[in-house]
Amino acid sequence: MDWLFYIFATITLVPALLVAVSRNPVSAAMNMIVSLVGIAALMVLLETYFLAALQVLVYAGAIVVLFLFIIMLLDAEKAPAPTKMRAIASFVALGLMGTGVYAFCFSGLGGPFAEISVAAPMEDAKVFGIELFTRYMLPFQVAGFMLLIAMVGVIVLSKDITKEMGGTAR
Amino acid sequence: MNIGLSHFLFVSGMLFAIGFFGVLLRRNVLVIFMCLELMLTASILGLVSFSRYNATEGEFLWSGNVFVLFIIAIAASEVAVGLAIMVALWRRRQSVDVANHAELKN
Repeated sequence: MDWLFYIFATITLVPALLVAVSRNPVSAAMNMIVSLVGIAALMVLLETYFLAALQVLVYAGAIVVLFLFIIMLLDAEKAPAPTKMRAIASFVALGLMGTGVYAFCFSGLGGPFAEISVAAPMEDAKVFGIELFTRYMLPFQVAGFMLLIAMVGVIVLSKDITKEMGGTAR
Repeated sequence: MNIGLSHFLFVSGMLFAIGFFGVLLRRNVLVIFMCLELMLTASILGLVSFSRYNATEGEFLWSGNVFVLFIIAIAASEVAVGLAIMVALWRRRQSVDVANHAELKN
């Protein structure tokens, strides 16, 4: 299992870095797919298979496709190279945050970490569904309502309402 | 060295740092938004690994996993609304460069 973890961590982090540094938005979106699939693989290592499938379906499937669609619609040109000052500042920020994360995880500053003590249930999605539809019923309904509101909001935002209102709504 | 919770937290934290780095470095609104999504996904990974490692007999800490489901729902609607806002901005300014959208500065 150890070498699998290292492979999955690599295919999560390296494409993520390529998303941040690539100048072409389309290749950034493609690298993002690989990174999100890597996260799904790490979730499989954590034995949460249902969430891994959900991650691939929603993130790598729907969200990245939406990004690609908008990139196509907006005709985004290749971005100019960032200024030297901005690049240096960003790399310093990355180095500082990386050092902080490393110190927290591996130097003992984060305290003793928990160990896996129980096996994951076999019927992952079933238990998940029972929990979702009993204890978390209200949040579930609120989430559904939120999706409805987001849908209405997107329709209102993408319609050109100024034309229908005679150019007064600005 | 055995793989433990700290390794997963390291991947999660590094992914967050890389997303932050991309937000600082890039000027294209779309790529900045992609990096924001990476940061959100990093938090999901942290949540799942904490939930898995702190599970005990009888209670498999489904709260963490169910919370991830809600985060995914919020991420999906956030992307839809954000991209609609970007299309509206593009319609007015014909640009995806953040330097051209600085009316709220100062």
